[in-house]
Amino acid sequence: MALYSEKVMDHFRNPRNVGVIEDADGVGEVGNAKCGDIMKIYLKIEDGIIADVKFETFGCASAIASSSMATELIKGKPLSEATELTNKAVAEALDGLPAHKLHCSVLAEEAIQAALEDYYAKHPEAGGK
Amino acid sequence: MNIYADNAATTKMSRTAIDAMLPFLEDNFGNPSSLYSVGQRAKEALEQARATVARAIGADAREIIFTSGGSEADNQAILSAAATGEKKGKRHIVSDAIEHHAVLHTLEKLENNGFEVTYLPVHENGIVRVDELEAAIREDTCLVTVMFANNEIGTLQPVREIGAICRRRSVLFHTDAVQAVGHVPIDVGANNIDMLSASAHKFHGPKGVGFLYAKRSVKLSNLIEGGAQERGLRAGTENVAGIAAMAAALDEAVADMDANAKKLTTLRERLIRGLAQIPHSALNGDAEKRLPGNVSFCFEGIEGESLLLLLDDKGICASSGSACTSGSLDPSHVLLAIGRVHDVAHGSLRLTLGEDATEDQIDYITESVKEVVGTLRNFSPVWRDLLAGKTSFIL
Repeated sequence: MALYSEKVMDHFRNPRNVGVIEDADGVGEVGNAKCGDIMKIYLKIEDGIIADVKFETFGCASAIASSSMATELIKGKPLSEATELTNKAVAEALDGLPAHKLHCSVLAEEAIQAALEDYYAKHPEAGGK
Repeated sequence: MNIYADNAATTKMSRTAIDAMLPFLEDNFGNPSSLYSVGQRAKEALEQARATVARAIGADAREIIFTSGGSEADNQAILSAAATGEKKGKRHIVSDAIEHHAVLHTLEKLENNGFEVTYLPVHENGIVRVDELEAAIREDTCLVTVMFANNEIGTLQPVREIGAICRRRSVLFHTDAVQAVGHVPIDVGANNIDMLSASAHKFHGPKGVGFLYAKRSVKLSNLIEGGAQERGLRAGTENVAGIAAMAAALDEAVADMDANAKKLTTLRERLIRGLAQIPHSALNGDAEKRLPGNVSFCFEGIEGESLLLLLDDKGICASSGSACTSGSLDPSHVLLAIGRVHDVAHGSLRLTLGEDATEDQIDYITESVKEVVGTLRNFSPVWRDLLAGKTSFIL
């Protein structure tokens, strides 16, 4: 059996939504280089919708694939839906991750939530959780 | 292009080794302990192999014990020396920070049983300092165990000097020579080596077979109890086919050693020059005192597992000391020991060339690594912060 699912390898080889949003409405960064994974998420919010999302990741294939998938799952979705994103949903959408790589999907969830929190902190009128 | 550049992990069996193996899987399948001729033919092959292996390292045939590989040989050597030491009240061992886990975990086991181990630092170049080694030897030191060549960064330890010190101080000297045997010249007599471990699959022999050299004056204790094979020091019916193949592979490796080393060193230097062009990269380990085929680099701002998988897409098999490839949270203990910080150690790449490598392959590897490192750096937040001056480059 291969180390990773086809889905993981696809998102690792062709990561979606890679890059930076210069005038992002919310930015979240989690992880640290010491442990080998850092994810940074940039959000553009319009009318309560995730109009655009980009990511940068330093890490292994599953970290890159998890970030890519997480951005796909929230892009175009209302904020209320994005805040509900779980690591489980990310891992399932990737057709599973090896047990010792599940923390990568957790990191992806945390990065999205950190970016949303940043947005809510800057835009108290939006409400938030 | 398909390039296998992970020869420190394992090597492809040579045709010579396979040919040497087959007769003992077919016609000469007998048990060497049996008295009839098919058994005796196997016994004969076993003793021929022992003589061949002994000759390759300047030993006597009676000083070779066949084992299941390098790890078993390391375990037996260290535990034997410890058992002898303990009887004399000597419970101190000198080793170093970059040993293979077969050595480190055996030492850990001894530490849990009341032994004390001094782990010498290896400094930036990945080499033990002999003055520090000599200073670490105490009245109660029963063993010095320092590897011949490192498996990750390829550095060659000053084995001759260490052997001389151990002789002068009357301390046993064991060396894990798994990466060195068949690749660099070894003379156990001239180097004052008391025990040496080797593994067949690192020099184009089969997996699951290796040997322990132990000088005749060294008292070995056995790990496996049972029959009287290997002079009662290693029970279990001998892996005759594997042992015959190991001897054939080693014989060939020793015959071609000079030519191979010369060729590999040239290719290694070409690869190092190429990879050094990648900004913010660095060679790991001493530039000269290293195995002919070993190239180990760190690239800032990226992680090793991603690097390996993208190289695999390009047909290149390599290895890394990143945490994600080791299954633990920490990167390789070897890279940390030579002073690479965690962030940098995660971005390591080991390429260990085989004798069939070509200049074209080296250039292809160089171009592929450049491209892949660039791709990964492009979306690495660590790299962005480095470029923006938010954090400082280390390499």
